[in-house]
Amino acid sequence: MQYTEIMVRYGELSTKGKNRRNFIDSLGRNVRKALHDFPTLKVHADRDRMHISLHDEDAQGVMDRLQLVFGIQNFSPSIRVAQDMDEVYATAIAMVQAQFKPGMTFKVNTRRSDHHFEYDTNEINDMLGGQILDHVAGIQVKMQHPDIVIRVEVRMNGIFLSSETINGAGGLPVGTAGKGMLMLSGGIDSPVAGYLGMKRGVDMEMVHFFSPPYTSEQALAKAKQLASTLASYSGSVKFIQIPFTEIQEEIKEKVPEGYLMTVQRRLMMRLMDAITRERHGKAIFNGESLGQVASQTMDSMIAINDVTALPVLRPVISMDKTEIIKVAEKIDTYNLSIMPFEDCCTIFAPPAPKTHPKLDRSRSYEERIDVAGLMQRAMDGIKISEIKPGENYMNAQEDVFAELL
Amino acid sequence: MIYFDNSATTQAAPAVVETYAKVSQKVWGNPSSLHNFGENAFHLLEQSRHQIADLIGAKTSEIFFTSGGTEGDNWVVKGTAIEKRSFGKHLITTAVEHPAIHNSMAQLADLGFDITYLPVDQEGRINPADLKAAIRPDTILVSVMAVNNEIGTIQPLLDVAEILKPYPKIHFHVDAVQGIGKGIQNLIMNDRVDFVTFSGHKFHAPRGVGFIYARQGRKLAPLMTGGGQEDNWRSGTENVPAIAGMAKALRLLLTDETAKVARERAIKQRVYDHIKDLPKVTIFSQPTAGFAPHILCFTINGVRGETIVHAFEDQGIYISTTSACSSKKHLASSTLMAMQVPEAIATSAIRISLDENNTLAEADEFNRVFDNLYQKFSKINADA
Repeated sequence: MQYTEIMVRYGELSTKGKNRRNFIDSLGRNVRKALHDFPTLKVHADRDRMHISLHDEDAQGVMDRLQLVFGIQNFSPSIRVAQDMDEVYATAIAMVQAQFKPGMTFKVNTRRSDHHFEYDTNEINDMLGGQILDHVAGIQVKMQHPDIVIRVEVRMNGIFLSSETINGAGGLPVGTAGKGMLMLSGGIDSPVAGYLGMKRGVDMEMVHFFSPPYTSEQALAKAKQLASTLASYSGSVKFIQIPFTEIQEEIKEKVPEGYLMTVQRRLMMRLMDAITRERHGKAIFNGESLGQVASQTMDSMIAINDVTALPVLRPVISMDKTEIIKVAEKIDTYNLSIMPFEDCCTIFAPPAPKTHPKLDRSRSYEERIDVAGLMQRAMDGIKISEIKPGENYMNAQEDVFAELL
Repeated sequence: MIYFDNSATTQAAPAVVETYAKVSQKVWGNPSSLHNFGENAFHLLEQSRHQIADLIGAKTSEIFFTSGGTEGDNWVVKGTAIEKRSFGKHLITTAVEHPAIHNSMAQLADLGFDITYLPVDQEGRINPADLKAAIRPDTILVSVMAVNNEIGTIQPLLDVAEILKPYPKIHFHVDAVQGIGKGIQNLIMNDRVDFVTFSGHKFHAPRGVGFIYARQGRKLAPLMTGGGQEDNWRSGTENVPAIAGMAKALRLLLTDETAKVARERAIKQRVYDHIKDLPKVTIFSQPTAGFAPHILCFTINGVRGETIVHAFEDQGIYISTTSACSSKKHLASSTLMAMQVPEAIATSAIRISLDENNTLAEADEFNRVFDNLYQKFSKINADA
């Protein structure tokens, strides 16, 4: 089938009124960004639907990208014909024949926005249904749950036919919920948390703490690779790397072992708070899941959360590890996440961290270190880069190697 | 110079040598090292593995690098024996396998394993019914070569696969050293096969490198134990330059495979047609589909194989007696012996083996030289 247009239906427009326009504009922007390398197609984001005119672009390639964009309920590849019933018949019959297997049923579903067209919806349904029955041997009409639905839309600029509806990613367009900062470690949970946050419309920036030489360049590359995978859902993401070595060394030296982890986390949270405010974000996201490790008990959260007044959102808080892994596999981050590189959460990890740290002790141990000075130097060392989908950080040599092989 | 001894070894392709040299100079880190330099070598290794897996229709995790065909054959035979010895001690192979299989089996026989050697017919081919009859409850391995290295017979691997389907516990191994790139990948990588041996230097890769395919879920005891490379299956620092070269050689080999096979077949046919009606010539390889396109084995009755090899060599044409491995021992071809060919004829056999770079013009030159030698030997040895 040579499709001419893809018709996109919007996801939950729970946000009504003026926000509706905002939703549609954001989605339009995100779709254009996701399809930036298909130069001749045109995106029209209308009030009820989005229409993507393909011109000569590859429909399958466009649909593969569209499936990842949040805010789309579903979409249908369509063919435009002139306002001429003979053309409608020929195209619809070809569409049915491409899908038909013996025993299948169908119905025709017409919408008409151009009310000047000479036939109304019932007439079109009847006429086209009759033509299909005449030309496709063995097919039957069925109104409830047919196998094939031929959708016909009569518009001013032509008649649009489609027979397939493909589910989109759902959710809200990235950007409609404002900006958030994700603590991206490189493990399994934080990319899933990032994905779920983006699905609710958050424009997510990825914050990664790294501690050379305790953590390797590969660990940093892995975090960037994860960011690149997540960027598929929004077009691109900001990657913010914060140097954490000095802070970890200082804490290791001055804080009792049982509270190492808690104080480290407090410092991370302080830095998250600072960078989020500096970059006009509205919330901190992380991959904490209740009870999974020592820092993820409610007592630990009290002791760590103490340093910020921003919302700390934890999309995977109640998920089991197996549920998290299932999502990670679906969004293609799992195999990356399980690559064995030390990250800053595992180095200096005490053998027996306190699972129920006391808030007052956490505060007093923290006073043993120069919080302001350490934070200042960490903030001064921040590097921010733009990461796009499909970029390769793990194996930058791949192209060079491809020539060798 | 005409080189018609490609079943013994092939010339490393210039592009492959270039890869080998570049990798040796630029990506020579140890793939197990943690630093970037090692990491880089690791990525090249994995990219090579990925390419090889793609080319033969396997998963990346099913490819294990070896030092070549002999190691691969030894590994599958002995590795199966060790891995599955508690299930049984019976192994089945054919009477015409390469010594890497035969001698591995012989070692196992000394250790108390029981080996069945399937006989072959006059074309060197096993009868699947014999295999069916040989299977026992304690059988743990069936090993059958894809293409016979001496006369080019293609074994009925799909029939073997069919027979083995009701026996999921038996390891099915194919030695594909002579079979890769010869248009029979669908036979080799069949639904039932568990292990396949490949050797790089038979397809223009460097010496000393090869790989095995091991179906996901099948286990093999390692023969090389040590640092745990290759997922603990085969220890020893990986030979990254040779492996990268092999990945490239395999890609080049399988590009336009159909056309290459057709060319080899045409050359073989031209020699075959030229000699087939001569009274003193006995041909063991047929030009039919049941034989590989690149091997032609025959005798000039009464003239020792090595005599003919040297006579051709004087004219700048390189051929061999039936296999490079047995030729220096002055042994009769073991395949021909298994085919019940009388020893006097079996010691006279010679083999020409082609690759995709040979030409019809070379076949014509071979035929011209052959005519001279045939006449000369007929005169000297009138009653042969």
